[in-house]
Amino acid sequence: MHSLILSTAARYLLPLLLVFSIFLLVRGHNEPGGGFVGGLTAAAAFALFAIAYSVDQTRHLIGVHPRTLLGTGLLVALAAGCLSLLCGLPFMTGLWSNLALPSVGKLGTPLLFDVGVYLVVVGTVLMIVFELAEE
Amino acid sequence: MKSILLVLPLLVPLSTAAVCLVLWTRPWLQRAVSLLGTVTLLLAGVSLVSLVASEGIQVIQLGNWQAPVGITIVADLFGAIMVAVSGLVAFSVVLYSMQGIDRVRESFGFHSLLHVLFLGVNGSFLTGDVFNLYVWFETMLIASFVLVALGGEKAQLEGAIKYATLNLVSSAIFLAAAGVLYGTVGTLNMADLAQRIGSGEVGGVASVAGAMLLVSFGLKAGLFPLFFWLPASYHTPPAVISAVMAGLLTKVGVYALVRVVSLLFVRDLAYLQPLLLVVAGLTMVTGVLGAAAQGEFRRVLSFHIISQIGYMILGLALFTPLALAGMVFYLVHHIIVKTNLFLIAGIAHRVCGSYRLEQLGGIYRSRLWLALLFLVPAMSLAGIPPLSGFWAKLALVRAGLETEHYLVTAAALAVGLLTLFSMTKIWNEAFWKRAPGSSETQTPPPSASQPPASQPPTSQPPTSQLPSPAAGLDSDATLRATGNMGWMVAASLLLALLTVGIGFFAEPLFALANETAAQLLNPAEYIEAVLPKGA
Repeated sequence: MHSLILSTAARYLLPLLLVFSIFLLVRGHNEPGGGFVGGLTAAAAFALFAIAYSVDQTRHLIGVHPRTLLGTGLLVALAAGCLSLLCGLPFMTGLWSNLALPSVGKLGTPLLFDVGVYLVVVGTVLMIVFELAEE
Repeated sequence: MKSILLVLPLLVPLSTAAVCLVLWTRPWLQRAVSLLGTVTLLLAGVSLVSLVASEGIQVIQLGNWQAPVGITIVADLFGAIMVAVSGLVAFSVVLYSMQGIDRVRESFGFHSLLHVLFLGVNGSFLTGDVFNLYVWFETMLIASFVLVALGGEKAQLEGAIKYATLNLVSSAIFLAAAGVLYGTVGTLNMADLAQRIGSGEVGGVASVAGAMLLVSFGLKAGLFPLFFWLPASYHTPPAVISAVMAGLLTKVGVYALVRVVSLLFVRDLAYLQPLLLVVAGLTMVTGVLGAAAQGEFRRVLSFHIISQIGYMILGLALFTPLALAGMVFYLVHHIIVKTNLFLIAGIAHRVCGSYRLEQLGGIYRSRLWLALLFLVPAMSLAGIPPLSGFWAKLALVRAGLETEHYLVTAAALAVGLLTLFSMTKIWNEAFWKRAPGSSETQTPPPSASQPPASQPPTSQPPTSQLPSPAAGLDSDATLRATGNMGWMVAASLLLALLTVGIGFFAEPLFALANETAAQLLNPAEYIEAVLPKGA
């Protein structure tokens, strides 16, 4: 089934939702939000695109397999935990830089960890959605 | 540096699993990474043992949140030894899987899942927090659920359902117990719990939680009335996977039981001890009797896991230094031997195309080396000197006699004899008798009367050396056609040599086990390490 309204809307909603998901990710640093919801939103955006067009086109759009996103996310989160090891602190200790971004606040390893979570969630949800849609 | 060593057993498998995910489409690279990961794991485990042995209990507070608020990672000797042994199992199993797993399963994330499993196992050994222990258990179980079902053969799915259901029940009880503990004591940090329960400031409700934990871990370990899921599921997946499960998973239950009893509920030993003794005795006896009635290679071995778990619980129940040392020794010996036996069952399957004893045969004549390879762990399991099992049993029996628990000690000795009986049965059937169907031996009827096997009713009449694998959609057949199994044999040989080595040089390991027992008997040391004075 192809719907003109949905496919047109999806084309505009996709970037909007992706930007919003990044916003949620970054905001989660200090306020409600975070990698998990951000990841869910991003995955929902791609799922919408997949419904409006096709799974194949969405896969092509993303460019990498969701599985790779999942693995990369795990590694990023792991790296965020390991940075403190290099400084001689226990694993997973939060490290903060003095660099502060407007509206984000101080940057630190917890944000990096959240980026990892974001990627893991996007990868996992998309793997499930694509697999179900292709059944 | 020390703190890195303590988290390495967690970091290595997690990153290996993640890298294998990224390398999904490159099986060769996955294999290399997987093998590298297990080598690192093994080295990390061994150096952790030497670190703990020389410098005492090692502790880190994750994220620099101090206990009892944060999650503590603790390595005492017991935990460190378990990590090292699981590293050894990981290495040998991945080595074996180079040829021991079919390409289809490999392409569905076998290596990633295996490493997530190791992550969960090591996490359980190292955590110092009850809720965190629950999380590690789940990590391990989720990976093992998928591994049991991976490949989707009918028998596998049947086994996986039983396995998953029973383990979920056990997890639910565990979680409830953690809730009760938190509600009554107000902390989940093990050291803190031990301190507060030990001081007697909490009443009998904590003992209720203790009883729940006993049931939960008993289910996972396969103790007497709760073991039925184990022989129903362990023989269904491919040999590599059942070897990991047989070698490691129930032992995590035993570990948790020992940890909880020795650390948290020492005061309850008055009523726990008779209970544990009865359970240990019945576990040993029912396990070994169940094994005697089986006609499938890995089902015999699965029932033997149960009876061996009984020995370990016997060590815990006696709760003397010698008994606990014997228990630790037994754990190490058992993990190595049991993993090896399952791996050998896999090699025999590769050679003869079946796990059913009546369809196996003639291996002694056609492959003497394989028969000898089997003989080492089998005799060790039965406790024949000078192999590792002998020393393990000797210590436990001596401890039993010293504490004058004659009945259970007699049971332990009798069970040893019966173990020898079933190992002889496997030996006679699989190795010594003529290959079924060859020349004048009367052909046993095709496996129509066998309950659990997955063969469709049209199963093949057993042919001699290379029967067609009717057992499900065994894509193992393609592997078998190549006939290469050098890696598989190497992995098994490594474990067999270790069994012999432990047998001949039991002294160092026993000294280590003694130190471990001393640590387990003195929870104050553990508490002091996690919660330094003034906290």
